[in-house]
Amino acid sequence: MLLVGLPLLGLIVRTPWGRIGEVLTSDTALTALRLSLVVATTAAAISFVLGFPLAWLLVRSPFPGKTFVRALVVLPLVMPPVVAGVGLLAAFGRRGIAGSWLYDWFGFQLTFTTGAAVLAASFVSFPLAVLALEAGLRGLDVRLEDAASTLGASRWYVMRRVTLPLMAPQIAAALVLSWARALGEFGATITFAGNLQGRTQTLPLAVFERLQSDQDAAFAISMLLIAIAFAVIIGLRGRFLR
Amino acid sequence: MTLSVDVAARRGAFEVRAAFEAEAGETVALLGPNGSGKSTLVLAIAGLLSEVEGRIALDDVVLDDDGGHVPPERRPIGVVFQDLLLFPHLSAVENVAFGLRARGADAAQARTKARAALDRLGLGERADARPRDLSGGEAQRVALARALVGEPALLLLDEPLSALDVGTRVEVRELVRDQLRGFPGVRVVVTHDPVEASALADRLVLLEGGRVTQIGSPEEIRTSPRSRYAADFVGVNAFSGRLERLPDGAGALTTAGARVVVPWPEDASGGEVIALLRPSDVTLSLGPPVGSARNVFDGPVSWIAIEGDRARVRVASAPPLVADLTVGSVERLGLREGVRVWASFKAVEVRVLPR
Repeated sequence: MLLVGLPLLGLIVRTPWGRIGEVLTSDTALTALRLSLVVATTAAAISFVLGFPLAWLLVRSPFPGKTFVRALVVLPLVMPPVVAGVGLLAAFGRRGIAGSWLYDWFGFQLTFTTGAAVLAASFVSFPLAVLALEAGLRGLDVRLEDAASTLGASRWYVMRRVTLPLMAPQIAAALVLSWARALGEFGATITFAGNLQGRTQTLPLAVFERLQSDQDAAFAISMLLIAIAFAVIIGLRGRFLR
Repeated sequence: MTLSVDVAARRGAFEVRAAFEAEAGETVALLGPNGSGKSTLVLAIAGLLSEVEGRIALDDVVLDDDGGHVPPERRPIGVVFQDLLLFPHLSAVENVAFGLRARGADAAQARTKARAALDRLGLGERADARPRDLSGGEAQRVALARALVGEPALLLLDEPLSALDVGTRVEVRELVRDQLRGFPGVRVVVTHDPVEASALADRLVLLEGGRVTQIGSPEEIRTSPRSRYAADFVGVNAFSGRLERLPDGAGALTTAGARVVVPWPEDASGGEVIALLRPSDVTLSLGPPVGSARNVFDGPVSWIAIEGDRARVRVASAPPLVADLTVGSVERLGLREGVRVWASFKAVEVRVLPR
Protein backbone atom coordinates (compact mmCIF):
# COMPACT_ATOMS: atom_id res chain seq x y z
CA MET A 1 0.00 0.00 0.00
CA LEU A 2 2.75 2.43 1.01
CA LEU A 3 4.76 1.52 -2.04
CA VAL A 4 1.94 2.46 -4.39
CA GLY A 5 0.15 4.95 -2.17
CA LEU A 6 2.93 7.30 -1.15
CA PRO A 7 4.05 8.37 -4.63
CA LEU A 8 0.40 8.86 -5.56
CA LEU A 9 -0.17 10.93 -2.44
CA GLY A 10 2.99 12.89 -3.17
CA LEU A 11 1.74 13.69 -6.63
CA ILE A 12 -1.66 14.78 -5.37
CA VAL A 13 -0.04 17.06 -2.79
CA ARG A 14 2.48 18.58 -5.20
CA THR A 15 0.07 19.10 -8.09
CA PRO A 16 -0.58 22.83 -8.50
CA TRP A 17 -4.35 22.48 -8.43
CA GLY A 18 -4.74 26.27 -8.57
CA ARG A 19 -3.14 26.61 -11.98
CA ILE A 20 -3.74 23.11 -13.33
CA GLY A 21 -6.13 24.37 -16.00
CA GLU A 22 -3.68 26.99 -17.15
CA VAL A 23 -0.77 24.50 -17.24
CA LEU A 24 -2.68 21.82 -19.08
CA THR A 25 -3.97 24.21 -21.71
CA SER A 26 -0.55 25.65 -22.37
CA ASP A 27 0.75 25.16 -25.89
CA THR A 28 3.41 22.65 -24.88
CA ALA A 29 0.99 20.50 -22.92
CA LEU A 30 -1.75 20.59 -25.57
CA THR A 31 0.69 19.78 -28.35
CA ALA A 32 2.12 16.90 -26.34
CA LEU A 33 -1.38 15.64 -25.52
CA ARG A 34 -2.49 15.77 -29.12
CA LEU A 35 0.67 14.03 -30.26
CA SER A 36 0.35 11.42 -27.52
CA LEU A 37 -3.19 10.57 -28.59
CA VAL A 38 -2.16 10.27 -32.23
CA VAL A 39 0.88 8.15 -31.42
CA ALA A 40 -0.87 5.86 -28.92
CA THR A 41 -3.93 5.35 -31.13
CA THR A 42 -1.86 4.62 -34.22
CA ALA A 43 0.39 2.27 -32.25
CA ALA A 44 -2.61 0.42 -30.82
CA ALA A 45 -4.08 0.05 -34.30
CA ILE A 46 -0.75 -1.23 -35.68
CA SER A 47 -0.39 -3.63 -32.75
CA PHE A 48 -3.84 -5.03 -33.46
CA VAL A 49 -3.46 -5.30 -37.21
CA LEU A 50 -0.07 -7.01 -36.96
CA GLY A 51 -0.87 -8.83 -33.73
CA PHE A 52 -4.00 -10.57 -34.94
CA PRO A 53 -2.40 -12.63 -37.72
CA LEU A 54 0.51 -13.47 -35.45
CA ALA A 55 -1.76 -14.56 -32.60
CA TRP A 56 -3.69 -16.60 -35.16
CA LEU A 57 -0.53 -18.38 -36.30
CA LEU A 58 0.56 -18.99 -32.71
CA VAL A 59 -2.77 -20.54 -31.77
CA ARG A 60 -4.02 -22.20 -34.91
CA SER A 61 -1.16 -23.47 -36.99
CA PRO A 62 1.74 -25.66 -36.03
CA PHE A 63 5.05 -24.42 -37.34
CA PRO A 64 8.65 -25.12 -36.40
CA GLY A 65 10.23 -22.71 -33.95
CA LYS A 66 6.94 -21.63 -32.41
CA THR A 67 8.40 -21.48 -28.90
CA PHE A 68 11.15 -19.25 -30.20
CA VAL A 69 8.70 -16.94 -31.96
CA ARG A 70 6.59 -16.65 -28.83
CA ALA A 71 9.67 -15.81 -26.74
CA LEU A 72 10.59 -13.18 -29.33
CA VAL A 73 7.12 -11.65 -29.16
CA VAL A 74 7.22 -11.32 -25.38
CA LEU A 75 10.78 -9.96 -25.34
CA PRO A 76 9.83 -6.26 -25.72
CA LEU A 77 7.73 -6.63 -22.57
CA VAL A 78 10.68 -7.55 -20.43
CA MET A 79 13.54 -5.71 -22.12
CA PRO A 80 14.45 -2.23 -20.84
CA PRO A 81 12.74 0.34 -23.10
CA VAL A 82 16.06 2.14 -23.62
CA VAL A 83 17.43 -1.05 -25.09
CA ALA A 84 14.39 -1.24 -27.34
CA GLY A 85 15.22 2.29 -28.48
CA VAL A 86 18.83 1.37 -29.14
CA GLY A 87 17.67 -1.68 -31.06
CA LEU A 88 15.34 0.42 -33.17
CA LEU A 89 18.21 2.83 -33.87
CA ALA A 90 20.38 -0.07 -34.95
CA ALA A 91 17.64 -1.22 -37.31
CA PHE A 92 16.02 1.97 -38.57
CA GLY A 93 18.52 4.69 -37.65
CA ARG A 94 20.33 6.48 -40.49
CA ARG A 95 23.18 4.02 -40.13
CA GLY A 96 20.97 1.09 -39.14
CA ILE A 97 20.69 -2.09 -41.15
CA ALA A 98 17.32 -1.15 -42.68
CA GLY A 99 17.58 2.59 -42.06
CA SER A 100 20.71 3.12 -44.13
CA TRP A 101 19.06 1.37 -47.04
CA LEU A 102 15.96 3.52 -46.71
CA TYR A 103 18.15 6.62 -46.63
CA ASP A 104 20.34 5.65 -49.59
CA TRP A 105 17.45 4.70 -51.83
CA PHE A 106 14.69 7.05 -50.82
CA GLY A 107 16.52 9.76 -48.89
CA PHE A 108 14.13 8.93 -46.09
CA GLN A 109 15.10 9.20 -42.48
CA LEU A 110 12.80 7.78 -39.83
CA THR A 111 14.54 8.92 -36.68
CA PHE A 112 13.27 12.15 -35.08
CA THR A 113 9.92 11.92 -36.86
CA THR A 114 6.45 11.22 -35.47
CA GLY A 115 6.71 7.93 -37.40
CA ALA A 116 9.65 7.00 -35.19
CA ALA A 117 7.61 7.73 -32.06
CA VAL A 118 4.81 5.55 -33.42
CA LEU A 119 7.26 2.77 -34.25
CA ALA A 120 8.79 2.90 -30.76
CA ALA A 121 5.35 2.84 -29.14
CA SER A 122 4.19 -0.01 -31.39
CA PHE A 123 7.31 -2.01 -30.59
CA VAL A 124 6.64 -1.98 -26.85
CA SER A 125 2.85 -2.33 -27.00
CA PHE A 126 2.70 -5.07 -29.66
CA PRO A 127 3.33 -7.96 -27.20
CA LEU A 128 0.38 -6.95 -25.04
CA ALA A 129 -1.93 -7.02 -28.05
CA VAL A 130 -0.62 -10.42 -29.16
CA LEU A 131 -1.02 -11.91 -25.69
CA ALA A 132 -4.59 -10.64 -25.29
CA LEU A 133 -5.60 -11.79 -28.79
CA GLU A 134 -3.92 -15.14 -28.28
CA ALA A 135 -5.94 -15.66 -25.11
CA GLY A 136 -9.07 -14.73 -27.03
CA LEU A 137 -8.40 -17.16 -29.86
CA ARG A 138 -7.47 -19.91 -27.44
CA GLY A 139 -10.71 -19.46 -25.52
CA LEU A 140 -12.79 -19.63 -28.69
CA ASP A 141 -14.67 -22.85 -29.42
CA VAL A 142 -13.47 -23.65 -32.95
CA ARG A 143 -16.46 -25.91 -33.37
CA LEU A 144 -18.62 -22.79 -33.56
CA GLU A 145 -16.63 -21.90 -36.66
CA ASP A 146 -17.16 -25.43 -37.95
CA ALA A 147 -20.89 -25.10 -37.35
CA ALA A 148 -20.85 -21.82 -39.26
CA SER A 149 -19.11 -23.42 -42.23
CA THR A 150 -21.69 -26.24 -42.40
CA LEU A 151 -24.26 -23.46 -42.71
CA GLY A 152 -22.58 -22.28 -45.87
CA ALA A 153 -20.32 -19.57 -44.47
CA SER A 154 -17.06 -18.89 -46.27
CA ARG A 155 -13.90 -18.42 -44.21
CA TRP A 156 -14.17 -14.68 -44.45
CA TYR A 157 -17.83 -14.72 -43.45
CA VAL A 158 -17.03 -16.97 -40.47
CA MET A 159 -14.28 -14.58 -39.41
CA ARG A 160 -16.52 -11.55 -39.72
CA ARG A 161 -19.66 -12.90 -38.09
CA VAL A 162 -18.40 -15.53 -35.65
CA THR A 163 -14.71 -15.30 -34.80
CA LEU A 164 -14.31 -11.54 -34.41
CA PRO A 165 -17.60 -10.88 -32.58
CA LEU A 166 -16.91 -13.69 -30.13
CA MET A 167 -13.49 -12.23 -29.47
CA ALA A 168 -14.82 -8.72 -28.91
CA PRO A 169 -13.82 -8.58 -25.21
CA GLN A 170 -10.26 -9.67 -25.95
CA ILE A 171 -10.03 -7.35 -28.93
CA ALA A 172 -11.10 -4.48 -26.69
CA ALA A 173 -8.56 -5.57 -24.09
CA ALA A 174 -5.82 -5.78 -26.73
CA LEU A 175 -6.60 -2.28 -27.98
CA VAL A 176 -6.88 -0.69 -24.53
CA LEU A 177 -3.79 -2.38 -23.10
CA SER A 178 -1.58 -1.58 -26.05
CA TRP A 179 -2.99 1.95 -26.22
CA ALA A 180 -2.20 2.51 -22.53
CA ARG A 181 1.27 1.04 -22.87
CA ALA A 182 1.95 3.17 -25.94
CA LEU A 183 0.71 6.27 -24.16
CA GLY A 184 3.20 5.76 -21.33
CA GLU A 185 6.13 4.86 -23.54
CA PHE A 186 9.24 6.87 -22.67
CA GLY A 187 12.59 5.10 -22.95
CA ALA A 188 12.39 3.74 -26.46
CA THR A 189 10.83 6.94 -27.76
CA ILE A 190 13.40 9.32 -26.35
CA THR A 191 16.24 7.08 -27.51
CA PHE A 192 14.98 6.40 -30.99
CA ALA A 193 12.76 9.36 -31.81
CA GLY A 194 14.27 12.07 -29.66
CA ASN A 195 12.41 14.76 -27.72
CA LEU A 196 11.21 17.22 -30.32
CA GLN A 197 8.22 19.32 -29.40
CA GLY A 198 5.33 18.82 -31.81
CA ARG A 199 6.98 15.87 -33.50
CA THR A 200 8.08 13.30 -30.96
CA GLN A 201 7.47 14.90 -27.59
CA THR A 202 4.64 12.86 -26.12
CA LEU A 203 3.22 13.47 -22.64
CA PRO A 204 5.82 11.41 -20.71
CA LEU A 205 8.62 13.16 -22.56
CA ALA A 206 7.02 16.50 -21.79
CA VAL A 207 6.91 15.56 -18.09
CA PHE A 208 10.58 14.70 -18.21
CA GLU A 209 11.52 17.98 -19.83
CA ARG A 210 9.24 20.13 -17.62
CA LEU A 211 10.73 18.55 -14.50
CA GLN A 212 13.93 20.47 -15.16
CA SER A 213 12.32 23.84 -15.95
CA ASP A 214 8.77 24.05 -14.61
CA GLN A 215 8.06 21.45 -11.93
CA ASP A 216 4.43 22.53 -11.52
CA ALA A 217 3.78 21.66 -15.14
CA ALA A 218 5.49 18.26 -14.73
CA PHE A 219 3.26 17.43 -11.80
CA ALA A 220 0.13 18.61 -13.56
CA ILE A 221 0.81 16.53 -16.67
CA SER A 222 1.65 13.53 -14.47
CA MET A 223 -1.70 13.94 -12.81
CA LEU A 224 -3.35 13.92 -16.25
CA LEU A 225 -1.59 10.67 -17.13
CA ILE A 226 -2.71 9.15 -13.85
CA ALA A 227 -6.27 10.20 -14.56
CA ILE A 228 -6.07 8.44 -17.93
CA ALA A 229 -4.62 5.35 -16.26
CA PHE A 230 -7.53 5.31 -13.83
CA ALA A 231 -9.98 5.62 -16.68
CA VAL A 232 -8.36 2.59 -18.35
CA ILE A 233 -8.56 0.56 -15.16
CA ILE A 234 -12.22 1.43 -14.71
CA GLY A 235 -12.86 0.61 -18.35
CA LEU A 236 -11.26 -2.81 -17.99
CA ARG A 237 -12.77 -3.44 -14.57
CA GLY A 238 -15.13 -6.15 -15.68
CA ARG A 239 -12.36 -7.91 -17.55
CA PHE A 240 -9.39 -8.16 -15.21
CA LEU A 241 -10.52 -7.05 -11.79
CA ARG A 242 -13.41 -8.60 -10.03
CA MET B 1 -31.39 -39.08 -53.50
CA THR B 2 -28.92 -41.50 -51.94
CA LEU B 3 -26.08 -40.83 -49.59
CA SER B 4 -23.32 -43.35 -50.11
CA VAL B 5 -20.43 -43.51 -47.73
CA ASP B 6 -17.43 -45.77 -48.06
CA VAL B 7 -14.58 -44.21 -46.18
CA ALA B 8 -11.62 -44.48 -43.88
CA ALA B 9 -11.69 -41.32 -41.81
CA ARG B 10 -8.94 -40.41 -39.40
CA ARG B 11 -9.01 -38.11 -36.42
CA GLY B 12 -5.73 -38.14 -34.53
CA ALA B 13 -4.71 -41.75 -34.03
CA PHE B 14 -8.28 -43.00 -34.38
CA GLU B 15 -9.54 -44.42 -37.64
CA VAL B 16 -13.10 -45.25 -38.66
CA ARG B 17 -13.84 -47.48 -41.61
CA ALA B 18 -17.44 -47.54 -42.62
CA ALA B 19 -19.56 -48.22 -45.66
CA PHE B 20 -23.30 -47.67 -45.76
CA GLU B 21 -26.02 -46.03 -47.80
CA ALA B 22 -29.01 -43.95 -46.85
CA GLU B 23 -31.97 -43.19 -49.11
CA ALA B 24 -34.07 -40.06 -49.17
CA GLY B 25 -37.14 -40.58 -47.02
CA GLU B 26 -35.60 -43.07 -44.63
CA THR B 27 -33.90 -42.41 -41.34
CA VAL B 28 -30.64 -44.20 -40.74
CA ALA B 29 -29.19 -44.27 -37.24
CA LEU B 30 -25.50 -44.70 -36.60
CA LEU B 31 -25.55 -46.47 -33.28
CA GLY B 32 -22.56 -47.23 -31.12
CA PRO B 33 -20.97 -46.57 -27.76
CA ASN B 34 -18.74 -43.60 -27.03
CA GLY B 35 -15.51 -43.92 -28.94
CA SER B 36 -16.99 -46.11 -31.66
CA GLY B 37 -16.35 -43.47 -34.30
CA LYS B 38 -19.83 -42.04 -34.80
CA SER B 39 -18.81 -38.44 -34.36
CA THR B 40 -15.78 -38.87 -36.58
CA LEU B 41 -18.11 -40.16 -39.27
CA VAL B 42 -20.40 -37.16 -38.82
CA LEU B 43 -17.44 -34.79 -39.21
CA ALA B 44 -16.34 -36.66 -42.33
CA ILE B 45 -19.78 -36.47 -43.96
CA ALA B 46 -20.11 -32.79 -43.01
CA GLY B 47 -16.75 -32.14 -44.66
CA LEU B 48 -15.03 -31.04 -41.46
CA LEU B 49 -12.31 -33.68 -41.55
CA SER B 50 -9.38 -33.31 -43.87
CA GLU B 51 -8.10 -36.85 -43.54
CA VAL B 52 -10.73 -38.83 -45.39
CA GLU B 53 -9.96 -41.65 -47.78
CA GLY B 54 -12.56 -43.31 -49.92
CA ARG B 55 -15.76 -41.84 -51.21
CA ILE B 56 -18.71 -39.85 -49.94
CA ALA B 57 -21.38 -38.95 -52.46
CA LEU B 58 -24.93 -37.67 -52.68
CA ASP B 59 -26.31 -39.37 -55.78
CA ASP B 60 -23.63 -38.62 -58.35
CA VAL B 61 -22.35 -35.49 -56.64
CA VAL B 62 -19.05 -36.59 -55.17
CA LEU B 63 -18.22 -34.85 -51.89
CA ASP B 64 -15.04 -36.71 -51.10
CA ASP B 65 -12.89 -39.05 -53.11
CA ASP B 66 -9.30 -39.37 -54.25
CA GLY B 67 -9.85 -36.50 -56.63
CA GLY B 68 -10.98 -33.93 -54.13
CA HIS B 69 -12.75 -32.61 -51.14
CA VAL B 70 -15.79 -30.36 -51.21
CA PRO B 71 -15.46 -27.90 -48.31
CA PRO B 72 -18.25 -27.92 -45.70
CA GLU B 73 -19.70 -24.60 -46.80
CA ARG B 74 -20.45 -26.03 -50.25
CA ARG B 75 -22.12 -29.26 -49.08
CA PRO B 76 -25.93 -29.37 -49.09
CA ILE B 77 -25.95 -30.75 -45.56
CA GLY B 78 -27.71 -29.47 -42.46
CA VAL B 79 -26.03 -30.53 -39.23
CA VAL B 80 -27.37 -30.48 -35.68
CA PHE B 81 -24.36 -30.91 -33.45
CA GLN B 82 -24.30 -32.81 -30.21
CA ASP B 83 -23.99 -29.69 -28.07
CA LEU B 84 -25.93 -27.69 -30.66
CA LEU B 85 -23.23 -25.01 -31.09
CA LEU B 86 -25.69 -22.16 -31.33
CA PHE B 87 -23.89 -18.86 -31.78
CA PRO B 88 -23.98 -17.33 -28.30
CA HIS B 89 -23.76 -13.74 -29.53
CA LEU B 90 -26.75 -14.03 -31.86
CA SER B 91 -30.45 -14.25 -31.03
CA ALA B 92 -32.47 -17.35 -31.91
CA VAL B 93 -33.76 -15.80 -35.12
CA GLU B 94 -30.29 -14.56 -36.10
CA ASN B 95 -28.92 -18.05 -35.51
CA VAL B 96 -31.52 -19.48 -37.87
CA ALA B 97 -30.98 -16.74 -40.44
CA PHE B 98 -27.20 -17.17 -40.32
CA GLY B 99 -27.00 -19.82 -43.04
CA LEU B 100 -29.36 -17.92 -45.34
CA ARG B 101 -27.29 -14.76 -44.93
CA ALA B 102 -24.06 -16.67 -45.46
CA ARG B 103 -25.45 -18.02 -48.72
CA GLY B 104 -26.29 -14.55 -49.90
CA ALA B 105 -29.89 -13.84 -48.91
CA ASP B 106 -30.55 -10.25 -47.94
CA ALA B 107 -31.03 -9.49 -44.27
CA ALA B 108 -34.77 -8.78 -44.24
CA GLN B 109 -35.65 -11.78 -46.37
CA ALA B 110 -33.47 -14.12 -44.30
CA ARG B 111 -35.03 -12.83 -41.11
CA THR B 112 -38.57 -13.35 -42.34
CA LYS B 113 -37.80 -16.88 -43.42
CA ALA B 114 -36.00 -17.66 -40.14
CA ARG B 115 -38.89 -16.31 -38.12
CA ALA B 116 -41.32 -18.47 -40.09
CA ALA B 117 -39.13 -21.51 -39.41
CA LEU B 118 -39.17 -20.77 -35.67
CA ASP B 119 -42.95 -20.27 -35.79
CA ARG B 120 -43.37 -23.71 -37.32
CA LEU B 121 -41.51 -25.19 -34.35
CA GLY B 122 -43.65 -23.23 -31.92
CA LEU B 123 -40.82 -20.89 -30.97
CA GLY B 124 -42.06 -17.63 -32.48
CA GLU B 125 -42.25 -16.04 -29.04
CA ARG B 126 -38.61 -16.75 -28.29
CA ALA B 127 -37.18 -15.51 -31.58
CA ASP B 128 -35.26 -12.66 -29.98
CA ALA B 129 -33.85 -14.61 -27.04
CA ARG B 130 -30.15 -15.37 -26.81
CA PRO B 131 -29.15 -19.06 -26.66
CA ARG B 132 -28.15 -18.78 -22.99
CA ASP B 133 -31.73 -17.78 -22.12
CA LEU B 134 -33.30 -20.72 -23.94
CA SER B 135 -34.28 -23.95 -22.22
CA GLY B 136 -32.73 -27.20 -23.44
CA GLY B 137 -35.75 -28.07 -25.51
CA GLU B 138 -35.98 -24.58 -27.02
CA ALA B 139 -32.29 -24.55 -27.91
CA GLN B 140 -32.75 -27.93 -29.58
CA ARG B 141 -35.54 -26.52 -31.74
CA VAL B 142 -33.46 -23.51 -32.73
CA ALA B 143 -30.65 -25.84 -33.77
CA LEU B 144 -33.10 -27.93 -35.81
CA ALA B 145 -34.57 -24.86 -37.46
CA ARG B 146 -31.08 -23.56 -38.24
CA ALA B 147 -30.13 -26.84 -39.92
CA LEU B 148 -33.40 -27.16 -41.85
CA VAL B 149 -34.06 -23.62 -43.01
CA GLY B 150 -31.53 -23.81 -45.85
CA GLU B 151 -33.37 -26.83 -47.28
CA PRO B 152 -30.40 -29.20 -47.32
CA ALA B 153 -30.42 -32.50 -49.19
CA LEU B 154 -29.12 -34.33 -46.12
CA LEU B 155 -29.93 -33.81 -42.48
CA LEU B 156 -27.33 -34.97 -40.00
CA LEU B 157 -28.25 -35.12 -36.31
CA ASP B 158 -25.48 -35.89 -33.84
CA GLU B 159 -26.88 -37.16 -30.53
CA PRO B 160 -29.93 -34.91 -30.80
CA LEU B 161 -31.26 -35.74 -27.33
CA SER B 162 -28.17 -36.30 -25.26
CA ALA B 163 -27.99 -32.78 -23.85
CA LEU B 164 -31.52 -32.95 -22.46
CA ASP B 165 -32.85 -34.14 -19.14
CA VAL B 166 -35.14 -37.16 -19.07
CA GLY B 167 -38.38 -35.18 -18.94
CA THR B 168 -37.57 -32.89 -21.86
CA ARG B 169 -36.12 -35.78 -23.81
CA VAL B 170 -39.47 -37.50 -24.32
CA GLU B 171 -41.03 -34.29 -25.58
CA VAL B 172 -38.13 -33.39 -27.86
CA ARG B 173 -37.91 -36.93 -29.18
CA GLU B 174 -41.46 -36.59 -30.52
CA LEU B 175 -40.54 -33.28 -32.09
CA VAL B 176 -37.35 -34.63 -33.64
CA ARG B 177 -39.27 -37.60 -35.00
CA ASP B 178 -41.92 -35.34 -36.55
CA GLN B 179 -39.27 -33.11 -38.08
CA LEU B 180 -37.43 -36.11 -39.47
CA ARG B 181 -40.65 -37.52 -40.94
CA GLY B 182 -41.42 -34.20 -42.57
CA PHE B 183 -37.94 -33.84 -44.05
CA PRO B 184 -37.89 -35.13 -47.61
CA GLY B 185 -34.14 -35.66 -47.97
CA VAL B 186 -31.70 -38.15 -46.53
CA ARG B 187 -31.75 -38.37 -42.73
CA VAL B 188 -28.90 -39.63 -40.62
CA VAL B 189 -29.09 -39.69 -36.84
CA VAL B 190 -26.14 -40.49 -34.62
CA THR B 191 -26.81 -41.89 -31.19
CA HIS B 192 -25.43 -44.07 -28.46
CA ASP B 193 -28.90 -44.72 -27.12
CA PRO B 194 -30.68 -47.79 -28.52
CA VAL B 195 -34.06 -46.55 -27.33
CA GLU B 196 -33.55 -43.31 -29.19
CA ALA B 197 -32.34 -45.18 -32.25
CA SER B 198 -35.32 -47.51 -32.35
CA ALA B 199 -37.68 -44.60 -31.80
CA LEU B 200 -36.24 -42.56 -34.67
CA ALA B 201 -34.69 -44.84 -37.24
CA ASP B 202 -35.85 -47.17 -39.99
CA ARG B 203 -32.42 -48.71 -40.28
CA LEU B 204 -29.47 -49.03 -37.91
CA VAL B 205 -25.78 -49.02 -38.69
CA LEU B 206 -23.97 -50.44 -35.68
CA LEU B 207 -20.49 -49.12 -35.10
CA GLU B 208 -17.98 -50.65 -32.77
CA GLY B 209 -14.36 -49.63 -32.35
CA GLY B 210 -14.37 -47.77 -35.63
CA ARG B 211 -15.92 -50.60 -37.67
CA VAL B 212 -19.45 -51.36 -38.84
CA THR B 213 -20.55 -54.56 -37.12
CA GLN B 214 -24.10 -54.85 -38.41
CA ILE B 215 -26.61 -53.07 -40.62
CA GLY B 216 -30.32 -53.78 -40.48
CA SER B 217 -33.72 -52.70 -39.23
CA PRO B 218 -34.10 -52.39 -35.44
CA GLU B 219 -36.30 -55.48 -35.65
CA GLU B 220 -33.66 -57.54 -37.45
CA ILE B 221 -30.95 -56.52 -35.06
CA ARG B 222 -33.09 -57.16 -32.03
CA THR B 223 -33.99 -60.66 -33.16
CA SER B 224 -30.56 -61.64 -34.42
CA PRO B 225 -27.82 -59.53 -32.95
CA ARG B 226 -24.64 -60.54 -34.69
CA SER B 227 -22.17 -59.52 -32.03
CA ARG B 228 -22.07 -59.37 -28.29
CA TYR B 229 -22.00 -55.65 -28.75
CA ALA B 230 -25.08 -55.64 -30.94
CA ALA B 231 -26.96 -57.61 -28.32
CA ASP B 232 -25.79 -55.27 -25.64
CA PHE B 233 -26.69 -52.20 -27.55
CA VAL B 234 -30.16 -53.12 -28.53
CA GLY B 235 -30.82 -53.59 -24.87
CA VAL B 236 -30.45 -57.31 -24.54
CA ASN B 237 -28.29 -58.20 -21.58
CA ALA B 238 -25.27 -60.10 -22.79
CA PHE B 239 -22.67 -61.82 -20.67
CA SER B 240 -19.63 -63.41 -22.16
CA GLY B 241 -17.36 -65.65 -20.19
CA ARG B 242 -16.48 -69.17 -19.29
CA LEU B 243 -19.18 -71.77 -18.73
CA GLU B 244 -18.81 -74.57 -16.17
CA ARG B 245 -21.19 -77.24 -15.00
CA LEU B 246 -22.56 -77.02 -11.47
CA PRO B 247 -23.14 -80.15 -9.36
CA ASP B 248 -26.92 -79.71 -9.69
CA GLY B 249 -26.77 -79.85 -13.47
CA ALA B 250 -27.14 -76.15 -14.20
CA GLY B 251 -24.39 -74.07 -15.74
CA ALA B 252 -22.35 -71.31 -14.18
CA LEU B 253 -20.99 -68.50 -16.26
CA THR B 254 -18.10 -66.51 -14.86
CA THR B 255 -18.26 -62.93 -16.13
CA ALA B 256 -17.11 -59.54 -14.87
CA GLY B 257 -15.92 -61.13 -11.66
CA ALA B 258 -19.35 -62.55 -10.90
CA ARG B 259 -21.13 -65.86 -11.38
CA VAL B 260 -24.33 -66.08 -13.38
CA VAL B 261 -26.36 -69.28 -13.09
CA VAL B 262 -27.66 -70.39 -16.48
CA PRO B 263 -29.29 -73.50 -17.95
CA TRP B 264 -26.77 -76.03 -19.17
CA PRO B 265 -27.07 -76.12 -22.95
CA GLU B 266 -27.62 -79.65 -24.26
CA ASP B 267 -25.01 -79.49 -26.96
CA ALA B 268 -22.41 -77.59 -24.95
CA SER B 269 -19.29 -78.81 -23.33
CA GLY B 270 -18.37 -75.67 -21.48
CA GLY B 271 -15.77 -73.13 -22.48
CA GLU B 272 -16.34 -69.59 -23.81
CA VAL B 273 -19.97 -68.66 -24.40
CA ILE B 274 -22.31 -65.71 -24.73
CA ALA B 275 -25.43 -65.61 -22.63
CA LEU B 276 -28.36 -63.37 -23.54
CA LEU B 277 -31.12 -62.15 -21.28
CA ARG B 278 -34.08 -59.97 -22.19
CA PRO B 279 -34.36 -56.79 -20.09
CA SER B 280 -38.02 -57.62 -19.44
CA ASP B 281 -36.94 -60.77 -17.58
CA VAL B 282 -35.03 -58.76 -15.01
CA THR B 283 -36.92 -57.83 -11.83
CA LEU B 284 -35.88 -54.92 -9.63
CA SER B 285 -36.53 -54.52 -5.91
CA LEU B 286 -35.33 -52.23 -3.17
CA GLY B 287 -34.10 -55.06 -0.94
CA PRO B 288 -32.87 -58.63 -1.39
CA PRO B 289 -35.73 -60.35 -3.26
CA VAL B 290 -37.72 -63.18 -1.76
CA GLY B 291 -38.26 -65.81 -4.41
CA SER B 292 -36.79 -68.51 -6.54
CA ALA B 293 -34.51 -66.40 -8.70
CA ARG B 294 -31.00 -67.79 -8.52
CA ASN B 295 -29.32 -64.72 -9.90
CA VAL B 296 -29.33 -61.65 -7.66
CA PHE B 297 -27.00 -58.70 -8.17
CA ASP B 298 -27.16 -55.35 -6.47
CA GLY B 299 -25.88 -51.95 -7.42
CA PRO B 300 -26.92 -48.33 -7.97
CA VAL B 301 -29.22 -47.29 -10.80
CA SER B 302 -26.98 -45.59 -13.35
CA TRP B 303 -29.45 -44.52 -16.01
CA ILE B 304 -33.19 -44.40 -16.64
CA ALA B 305 -34.85 -43.84 -20.02
CA ILE B 306 -38.58 -43.53 -20.40
CA GLU B 307 -40.33 -44.36 -23.64
CA GLY B 308 -44.10 -44.23 -23.61
CA ASP B 309 -45.21 -46.23 -20.59
CA ARG B 310 -42.05 -48.35 -20.54
CA ALA B 311 -38.89 -47.51 -18.68
CA ARG B 312 -35.47 -48.93 -19.27
CA VAL B 313 -33.25 -48.96 -16.22
CA ARG B 314 -29.54 -49.65 -16.17
CA VAL B 315 -28.06 -50.97 -12.94
CA ALA B 316 -24.34 -50.61 -12.31
CA SER B 317 -24.04 -54.03 -10.70
CA ALA B 318 -21.38 -56.60 -11.52
CA PRO B 319 -22.21 -57.67 -14.16
CA PRO B 320 -24.10 -54.52 -15.26
CA LEU B 321 -27.76 -55.19 -16.05
CA VAL B 322 -30.56 -53.57 -17.99
CA ALA B 323 -34.14 -54.01 -16.89
CA ASP B 324 -37.38 -53.07 -18.62
CA LEU B 325 -40.29 -52.14 -16.41
CA THR B 326 -43.37 -50.00 -16.49
CA VAL B 327 -43.21 -46.33 -15.65
CA GLY B 328 -45.60 -47.18 -12.81
CA SER B 329 -43.06 -49.53 -11.24
CA VAL B 330 -40.35 -46.91 -11.54
CA GLU B 331 -42.56 -44.49 -9.64
CA ARG B 332 -43.68 -47.05 -7.07
CA LEU B 333 -40.09 -48.03 -6.30
CA GLY B 334 -38.98 -44.39 -6.34
CA LEU B 335 -36.16 -45.20 -8.75
CA ARG B 336 -33.76 -42.53 -9.80
CA GLU B 337 -30.12 -42.47 -10.64
CA GLY B 338 -28.02 -43.50 -7.67
CA VAL B 339 -30.69 -45.53 -5.82
CA ARG B 340 -29.40 -48.96 -4.78
CA VAL B 341 -31.47 -51.82 -6.16
CA TRP B 342 -31.41 -55.60 -6.30
CA ALA B 343 -31.79 -57.02 -9.81
CA SER B 344 -32.84 -60.62 -10.06
CA PHE B 345 -33.65 -63.09 -12.83
CA LYS B 346 -34.25 -66.79 -13.17
CA ALA B 347 -31.59 -69.02 -14.61
CA VAL B 348 -34.05 -70.50 -17.13
CA GLU B 349 -34.59 -67.12 -18.79
CA VAL B 350 -30.97 -66.96 -19.92
CA ARG B 351 -30.15 -68.09 -23.44
CA VAL B 352 -26.66 -69.51 -23.85
CA LEU B 353 -24.92 -69.44 -27.22
CA PRO B 354 -21.52 -70.82 -28.11
CA ARG B 355 -19.07 -68.09 -28.92
